[in-house]
Amino acid sequence: MIRIDCPQCGVRDYTEFTYGGDATLQRPTSDCDDQIIWHDYVYQRENPRGLLRELWQHSQGCRCWLEVERNTVTHDIQSVQLASGGSVSGGTR
Amino acid sequence: MIEQPYRLPTGGLIDRSQSVDFVYNETYYKGHPGDTLASALMANGEHVIARSFKYHRPRGVFSAGPEEPSALLTVGYGPRREPNTQATVQPLYQGLVSSSQNCWPSPRFDLGAVNSLISPFLSAGFYYKTFMWPGLKGWMQYEKIIRKAAGMGEASRAPDPDRYEKSQGFCDVLVVGAGPAGLMAASAAALSGARVWLVDEQLRMGGQLNRETYLIDGMPATEWVANKVQALEQNPRVKLLTNATVFGAYDSQTLGIVERCGADAFQPDTRQRLWLLRTAQVVLATGSIERPLVFSNNDRPGVMQANAVRAYNNQYGVRCGHKTLVFTNNNSAYRTAIDLANSGQTVTAVVDSRKQVEPTLLAQLAELGIRHIGGSAVQDVRGKLSIKEAQLISSDGSQLGESIECDCIALSGGWSPNVQLHSMVGSKPLFSEEHSAFVPGEMPAEYHSAGACTGSFALQDCLSQGAAIGTEAAVSAGFSGMEQTVPSGGEDTLPATEALWQVAKGKGKQFVDLQHDVAASDIELAHLEGYQSVEHLKRYTTLGMAGDQGRSSNVNALALMAQLREEPIAAVGTTTFRPPLSPVALGVFGGLDRGQHYRPYRRSAMQAWHDARGAVLQEVGLWRRAQYYPVGGESIDEAYQRETAQVRAKVGIVDVSSLGKIQINGPDSPEFLNRLYVNNWLKLPIGKARYGVMLREDGIALDDGTTSRWGEHDFLMTTTTANAGPVMTHMEHLLQVVWPELRVRVSSVTEHWAGMAVAGPLSRETLQGCVTDLDLSNEAFPFMAVGEGKIDNVPVRVLRISFSGEMAYEVYAPADYGQGVWEAIVRAGEIHDIVPYGTETLGALRIEKGHVTGAELDGRVTLGDVGMLGMANPKKDFIGRVLMNREGILDPKRPQLTGLKSVNPEEPLQAGAILVNTPEMAAGVDKLGHVSSITYSPEVGGNIGLGFLRDAAERRGERIFAAYPLRDKIVEVEICDPCFVDASGGRMRD
Amino acid sequence: MSYSAFSVFRHALTGNRHWPRAWRDPEPKKHYQAIIVGGGGHGLATAYYLAKEHGITNVAVLEKGYLGGGNVGRNTTIIRSNYMLDGNGPFYELGMKLWEKMSLDLNYNVMFSSRGVINLAHSKAQFDAFARRGNSMRLNGIDAELLTREQVREQVPHLDFSEHARFPIFGGLCQPRGGTARHDAVAWGYARAADQLGVDLIQNCEVNGFIREEGAIVGVQTSRGEIRADKIGLAVAGNTSVVAAKAGLERLPIESHVLQAFVTEAYKPFVDTVVTFGAGHFYISQSDKGGLVFGGDLDGYNSYAQRGGMYVAEDVITAGLAIFPQLGRLKLLRNWGGVMDMSMDGSPIICKTETPGLYLNAGWCYGGFKATPASGWCFAHTIARDEPHPLNAAYTLDRFSRGYAIDEKGVGAVPGHH
Repeated sequence: MIRIDCPQCGVRDYTEFTYGGDATLQRPTSDCDDQIIWHDYVYQRENPRGLLRELWQHSQGCRCWLEVERNTVTHDIQSVQLASGGSVSGGTR
Repeated sequence: MIEQPYRLPTGGLIDRSQSVDFVYNETYYKGHPGDTLASALMANGEHVIARSFKYHRPRGVFSAGPEEPSALLTVGYGPRREPNTQATVQPLYQGLVSSSQNCWPSPRFDLGAVNSLISPFLSAGFYYKTFMWPGLKGWMQYEKIIRKAAGMGEASRAPDPDRYEKSQGFCDVLVVGAGPAGLMAASAAALSGARVWLVDEQLRMGGQLNRETYLIDGMPATEWVANKVQALEQNPRVKLLTNATVFGAYDSQTLGIVERCGADAFQPDTRQRLWLLRTAQVVLATGSIERPLVFSNNDRPGVMQANAVRAYNNQYGVRCGHKTLVFTNNNSAYRTAIDLANSGQTVTAVVDSRKQVEPTLLAQLAELGIRHIGGSAVQDVRGKLSIKEAQLISSDGSQLGESIECDCIALSGGWSPNVQLHSMVGSKPLFSEEHSAFVPGEMPAEYHSAGACTGSFALQDCLSQGAAIGTEAAVSAGFSGMEQTVPSGGEDTLPATEALWQVAKGKGKQFVDLQHDVAASDIELAHLEGYQSVEHLKRYTTLGMAGDQGRSSNVNALALMAQLREEPIAAVGTTTFRPPLSPVALGVFGGLDRGQHYRPYRRSAMQAWHDARGAVLQEVGLWRRAQYYPVGGESIDEAYQRETAQVRAKVGIVDVSSLGKIQINGPDSPEFLNRLYVNNWLKLPIGKARYGVMLREDGIALDDGTTSRWGEHDFLMTTTTANAGPVMTHMEHLLQVVWPELRVRVSSVTEHWAGMAVAGPLSRETLQGCVTDLDLSNEAFPFMAVGEGKIDNVPVRVLRISFSGEMAYEVYAPADYGQGVWEAIVRAGEIHDIVPYGTETLGALRIEKGHVTGAELDGRVTLGDVGMLGMANPKKDFIGRVLMNREGILDPKRPQLTGLKSVNPEEPLQAGAILVNTPEMAAGVDKLGHVSSITYSPEVGGNIGLGFLRDAAERRGERIFAAYPLRDKIVEVEICDPCFVDASGGRMRD
Repeated sequence: MSYSAFSVFRHALTGNRHWPRAWRDPEPKKHYQAIIVGGGGHGLATAYYLAKEHGITNVAVLEKGYLGGGNVGRNTTIIRSNYMLDGNGPFYELGMKLWEKMSLDLNYNVMFSSRGVINLAHSKAQFDAFARRGNSMRLNGIDAELLTREQVREQVPHLDFSEHARFPIFGGLCQPRGGTARHDAVAWGYARAADQLGVDLIQNCEVNGFIREEGAIVGVQTSRGEIRADKIGLAVAGNTSVVAAKAGLERLPIESHVLQAFVTEAYKPFVDTVVTFGAGHFYISQSDKGGLVFGGDLDGYNSYAQRGGMYVAEDVITAGLAIFPQLGRLKLLRNWGGVMDMSMDGSPIICKTETPGLYLNAGWCYGGFKATPASGWCFAHTIARDEPHPLNAAYTLDRFSRGYAIDEKGVGAVPGHH
């Protein structure tokens, strides 16, 4: 079972988390009107066989969104950090 | 008739002072505590107890463990019947009921044996080559017969009455297997201070030691085991589990264990317990399985594993035959001959396929007067229900040998390490020519192996290796290793196996997989037809796919295929092992989440009031909401039509607690809402609510709701019941990942507030009769106003919003006070004839008004589809802004929200009907849209509905048809405005 | 040579020693008219229809392992065409018609069992949603029946109709022609039939690169050398992103997820139709050998590992116990996981790509098995004629950018939710 070391709560089974998909996606800026760029953000994925930087939310715990680096073949996790870049500015503590 | 004719007069680890009564095929027998069903049946002389799967060949007991392929019985009766139970692992208990399966009328005489006569036609894959005519209907007929013949036992139709539990476990070192290596490893790890779990499949610890006559440190091995176990039991950091199987190894050193609690199936307590164990390090001391040899009729009752024959002798005090022949290609089987002779039994000969044999063994045989025949093999067995004699042949197949009378053949083809768990964690087993077996390959760092499963078959090696590996595991887990003394296991000969994968063919089938009746000829056929890779071989012949998972057949099969392909075994490879290691009852995975406990119930604070009032409840997700409140035996239609009329005429109250509620706080809240919703939010005044729609990133409608402002930085959002969770997640994602710079916090408060809507022309009067501290006059509290007041001194939030289209208010009270507040409102409303209403009326009211809900917003519907494009402000940025303008999203051919009225007012509409131009329901007709919601409208005086229709706006006033081919119904409808009542909305604003 | 009861009889009389190989094991040629990358059900079916329907026999199927070793080698075998949306229904219905004659067409018994698929509904709202789907099916010429609670009971009497059911059965939707088939037989049947028409089946041949010339794809580099072709079709399911990237398609609307499936030991007949649960993700049927085959949700995260967590086993089996309380006593035999190419709308992709010579077949999520014949049929058409068949015309890569997603579940651009 994949286990994620939540920076707030400690090591937990992945079943406490909800998957959030690819974290490398760059959301276009608010002034971007280009449908191709938006389509790429919403629909296109690299889907790597290997290391993937992805999002997980600790939905049954602190509700923090985390950025996790995981190998999609071995399921080994390389790193875990808060998605909001070190500080929790949204969501509940 | 002698009781237990095959029970030896002394010996065994059974409790001879007590006797156990059990039933087999409706007859009473006796056994002893410590017996398995197999040992007890054999003790009673029952040797033919089953028939094989395909050919219905008579079968007896083959092994003494979980690798048993033949002795499958149905144990238990009624709702507790468990088919396909291996008699060799079933502990005997008082009152056990068992019966044979897959045979009729009895295992000794089975009409199904006719299959044996036509066996050449039933070779591997025969069903792929026939049963095709005259087409599908033909196959369906054949299939009925095949299905009845297939399967082994019959499952009970009654629900499983037993209790299963699930538990979480944590430790530092898990040791799998409590044989000599496992016991030493567990002791070593425990000595270093680690928390240790020691788990063994059998009823008692000791593994192979229970079956053998070894001495350890000069005492009988079983005594040494008892001492070791006692020491471990006294250590509070050690947990011992017997009769438990580690069936699966998963990522991050997580393991699944099924514990069979108590041998007695009639205990009202827990039948089995599932452990999800998390550990830092794992020691696999899983031992090895003795392989059979492949020769003609090697499946006859009485052909058994050599170690099983001595297990029945040494551990259970049961003789397997009167004249036993040992047939082997290695040294370990000699112990069987010696142990049997030492307990006074006749061993007719030891037939060894090897030409050279250890002289000490030959001397021991000579001393006991046992005949030795080297360089020979058993080619064939005569006798059907029991063995009469064994036909020998030279090992190279060149010269036929003698026939030897015997009634039991103890086989040993070598030892196959149990590498299933190793394989599950990614270790590819390697073929070792030296051991003639697969041994564990490279392992993940957290996994260690010790003992016979690594190919170390000598007792002393198992003991020292176990100690060393146990320490290694503890050290890896962060504990300091302590030196452990290793006891003396004495001299032990290594097996020195010489591979003999197949004996020269005799007249009968040479079985490889006994449970699935797969013979060497099937493997040859698979090879001939090109199914040569190990996966194709397995699937084509079904070898290794039965309950025993090919434990005793895999290696022999691979070796045979390698021979046919003229390649080394390593080139053929092996299949991947997957959980579960051995079959596990499904009930244990469900634990206590059965029946009503499958999912939780969510109840509102006013549930008791609805129940007392006789509300009929309806499933809405996990909620049970009041659907309607029937009065005096009303039908559902009568009830909701009465409630609807009453709400529009006077006043009603409905429980809306299940709606999602999210509190939003922070200085950037208005900006956040503005980006979330398609309409404008920056200037929402304090004390006001606003309706909003939010889109997904792909421009499709996500949810609608009402958000109100209670302070400078204090907002409350409502969502639909179903989307409460997804919207919350969506908002947290935006705030933490996309816009972490926004100073906003969100909290889910759905359960915090009990919600009730009070609707109707007399709603204001009703609330004025119970709300204090809040001016509810139209001037002070216009449409869309929000404010805080009190009811019965309980602080409440009041919002003047309307879903029904009537003058209406929503009242939120802290959930603990919900029921009291509700009752206060009902009391205040009594003089206005207030009526409680449910979801049915809620639906009728909103359909009359053309308000959309989840029935319309189905995850494919856009803003444009529901006529709300005008609500979006294109000049600001909001989620979905760009992709909502994709060609397909704006396509004018998309069905649009419309109202529908039944042309015949009495004729009801049906949700799910498809809208078409003409009244024929022919295939290929143009589908214009569908009906999404329907109701009878008392105000309109007819049946109405909402739906989606292509060109709805242009076609208003026209008539089309709602087709419901599933019930062969077609209804003529008129296309109209989705809002049927009070189009100007005046009632809400009064 | 032809398979038949007579041939079984005849060969049995001579000890089954003269059966011919089911398919050849040829060395790859240097050039083919068409190459199909991926020797699973869809790849093999495509090769067969290229040869059978379009007379293009100079075809090679390149498979990195052994034929049929991917999802066709282990799935829950359910076959149905009970889709609601017009983009899907007719396509899968083509499949149903091909299933119904597949054994005779291929001269290989794929054991297609038309035993019915019943979707259970547990509330009026769900029932109405099923009705919408069923009515659409009927108007598309596909068989569908609405079942009341009592009618469900008649067909599957030992579902939980007691007061203990947490989500009582309200009714259901049935597709009587739906059912199951023996998955290995489908792969082997197509393989043998394609081989007999001259298609080369090349196993242990992994594609690790593509040869481009003047903007077009003209061949592949493999572990067994370079092979050129006029047209190359990709049918590699869960490995699509990996292989397509090598051909220049670096980003696709696909995520690879792990799906687990389960089978019990063999029992005498217990359930005679396919049943799906409506208040949890769970579906079950019984194989002809007697094992109950069932499955449920994805694990829920990107994975190429072909294994998942035990938590899913618990979740799926608990759902099964909710509708069949007798399951408790039956024993789980095996549990395995595969790689699913989950698309952004849950519907497949069968199309030309913008690169001349390159064609794509992917995005099958966990529903690829039932589509095997229709997918092969349409992909072969697309490759042979260099344009889609009407039935796969909507399954384009660009439907997402144009706003024409075919989203049966209505959950949007989250592959793991489909």
